[in-house]
Amino acid sequence: MDGASATQQETYDYDVVRKFTIAAVIYGLVGFLIGDLLAWQLTYPDLNFSSPYLSFGRIRPLHTSAVIFAFGGSVMFATSYYVVQRTCKARLFSDALSKFTFWGWNLVVVAVVVTYPLGLTQAKEYAEPIWPIDVLVTLVWVAYFINFVGTLAKRKEPHIYVANWFYLAFIITVAMLHIVNNLQIPVNWTDSYSVFSGVQDAMIQWWYAHNAVGFFLTAGFLGLMYYFVPKQAERPVYSYRLSIVHFWAIIFLYIWAGPHHLHYTALPDWASTLGATFSIMLLLPSWGGMINGIMTLSGAWHKLRTDPILRFLVISLSFYGMSTFEGPMMSIKSVNALSHYTDWTVGHVHSGALGWVAMVSFGAIYHLVPRLWNTSIHSVGLINLHFWLSTIGIVLYIAAMWISGIMQGLMWRAYDQYGNLTYSFAETVEAMHPYYFVRSVGGVLFILGSLVMIYNLTKTIRKGHPV
Amino acid sequence: MKHATIEKNAALMSILVLIMVAIGGLVEIVPLFFIESTIETVQGIRPYTPLELKGRDLYIREGCYNCHSQMIRPFRDEVERYGHYSLAAESKYDHPFQWGSKRTGPDLARVGGKYSSLWHQEHMRRPRNVVPESVMPDYPWLEENALDYDDIADRMTAMSRIGVPYSEEMIKNAIADLKAQATPDSDTDGLNTRYGNKVPLDDFDGQPKRITELDAMVAYLQMLGTLVDFSSYQAQAR
Repeated sequence: MDGASATQQETYDYDVVRKFTIAAVIYGLVGFLIGDLLAWQLTYPDLNFSSPYLSFGRIRPLHTSAVIFAFGGSVMFATSYYVVQRTCKARLFSDALSKFTFWGWNLVVVAVVVTYPLGLTQAKEYAEPIWPIDVLVTLVWVAYFINFVGTLAKRKEPHIYVANWFYLAFIITVAMLHIVNNLQIPVNWTDSYSVFSGVQDAMIQWWYAHNAVGFFLTAGFLGLMYYFVPKQAERPVYSYRLSIVHFWAIIFLYIWAGPHHLHYTALPDWASTLGATFSIMLLLPSWGGMINGIMTLSGAWHKLRTDPILRFLVISLSFYGMSTFEGPMMSIKSVNALSHYTDWTVGHVHSGALGWVAMVSFGAIYHLVPRLWNTSIHSVGLINLHFWLSTIGIVLYIAAMWISGIMQGLMWRAYDQYGNLTYSFAETVEAMHPYYFVRSVGGVLFILGSLVMIYNLTKTIRKGHPV
Repeated sequence: MKHATIEKNAALMSILVLIMVAIGGLVEIVPLFFIESTIETVQGIRPYTPLELKGRDLYIREGCYNCHSQMIRPFRDEVERYGHYSLAAESKYDHPFQWGSKRTGPDLARVGGKYSSLWHQEHMRRPRNVVPESVMPDYPWLEENALDYDDIADRMTAMSRIGVPYSEEMIKNAIADLKAQATPDSDTDGLNTRYGNKVPLDDFDGQPKRITELDAMVAYLQMLGTLVDFSSYQAQAR
């Protein structure tokens, strides 16, 4: 916040960034709490309380929507609005659109929180909102696109900065996926049926769902990474050429990967083979992003010793590298034959969602808040405490799921010496219990970390004032 | 074209991004609507009866797909545990599909006829009464709530608009067929004429005088995977 740029900054709209940042922190906690409740329900099923509104099947989508769209979405809005203004040296295109996206998105979240426990759902994973909410999402998303591209158009820098390429690809692709996967015929104001059925519906759903991961949780957050890692490390991006190559490669290849969720199903073999092939190729551009991020620290590695924010960013890239290796491996048919339908998939998702998405978001939020409220962070020590609580929580979570997932897969296919299946399904459920307990404890640590962050940020905001 | 050209033009970049991300989906999705072998032709596939359709709506409402798959893969252990591997034709009237992605509980693609309706009643009331190791939630409200079937004709009409072959006669008789399926002593000739003789008939919820949500849910579960006769299917495949 040097004085020379102060007049320039007054023209930026930080108000909407501040609002989305606070929303992200709150929704994150809510999403993690629901997730951990689900984990405890699988450990002790009486925690479903025989209540329709708290039963696992209704609130599991609430967890996924809360963390992906409420938390992840708010992080995306906050950081993209911040980054696009600063890298274009221009105020957001329209204050009205900024406000509309904020209140519209929050209305979506509230509508989801009300409808899911009532059992109002489309029953498509990560696309559960009923059709009126889908319409609202579409309107907000179109406004977001106009606001973002409009800001790019009025930029005062000749080049569009690399972070914005990723944000742009994320916005465009999510619009395409959302519209196609949600084509449905309404029965009344709450219920509808997907216009697609069976095998085609399965293909479209996993084209959507895998790329919700690929573009919402990967491309969008790589955009975030391309701004906040160089900023926090105070080093330029490692390789401009690598960023060009891996940007175009990742957006082209990712979209093909969906059918690896449908190996050995009634989906034709050619489609699932294509999905696996592109998933394996995807390793290269995925790691391109990791290399570009981590190598940006060249010459700044010593900062990791003193800067826990940078530590959040670097460990998130490490988790990103690990899960983008694990993903292609799990898309290989013979591996998938074991891993599919098991907790291994759940563990894989969380090493990406907690290790990469949440950790990189925490790093960005710790970078943002002092700048948005024109102050310094309340306590660096508490950031460090948050870092270790979350990291240990994640490691417990994913290690438990690796063990339970692989064990489950092996038990399902185990034969005894007489050629009979060794285990009944119920026995395999019972065997999961200790690992479900460990996973739940990992979740508690992760939540404790979030509470530490909320305390630290509240203290920081109280002593600052909006710029 | 130099990359700098793209980097300096937001509209051009948007268009190129859209082209790049559209290709994969087009190649993988569009042919599935046109290649005939995608969905094999098999005998026995029929649309859901009105009661089963309501049951399926409840299966969706309760989010059963979060823990149960309906897609048996062609592996020895799965075929022995669950039955013949699933065919594309068996879910061709499923809007949306319910293949699932996780087996916290067992696959349900062929659960129909595996357990008695009495077992299902006890299991839905409190799963651990019949499977002590189960982590499934209790669903006591299903047997308490009367089934709301006033809109069944609207639902079947919506389905018929997107390709499910419900005839006008089926839609006209929807409520009568729904009641008949859950009332074993009643006249089921109409129901059997419209949906075939294999339609499961039972007092699914164990409450002869009421039609509850449990009737619909159990009726749906009892028909899952029972439509195709696999002795004749294999003969065809050869």
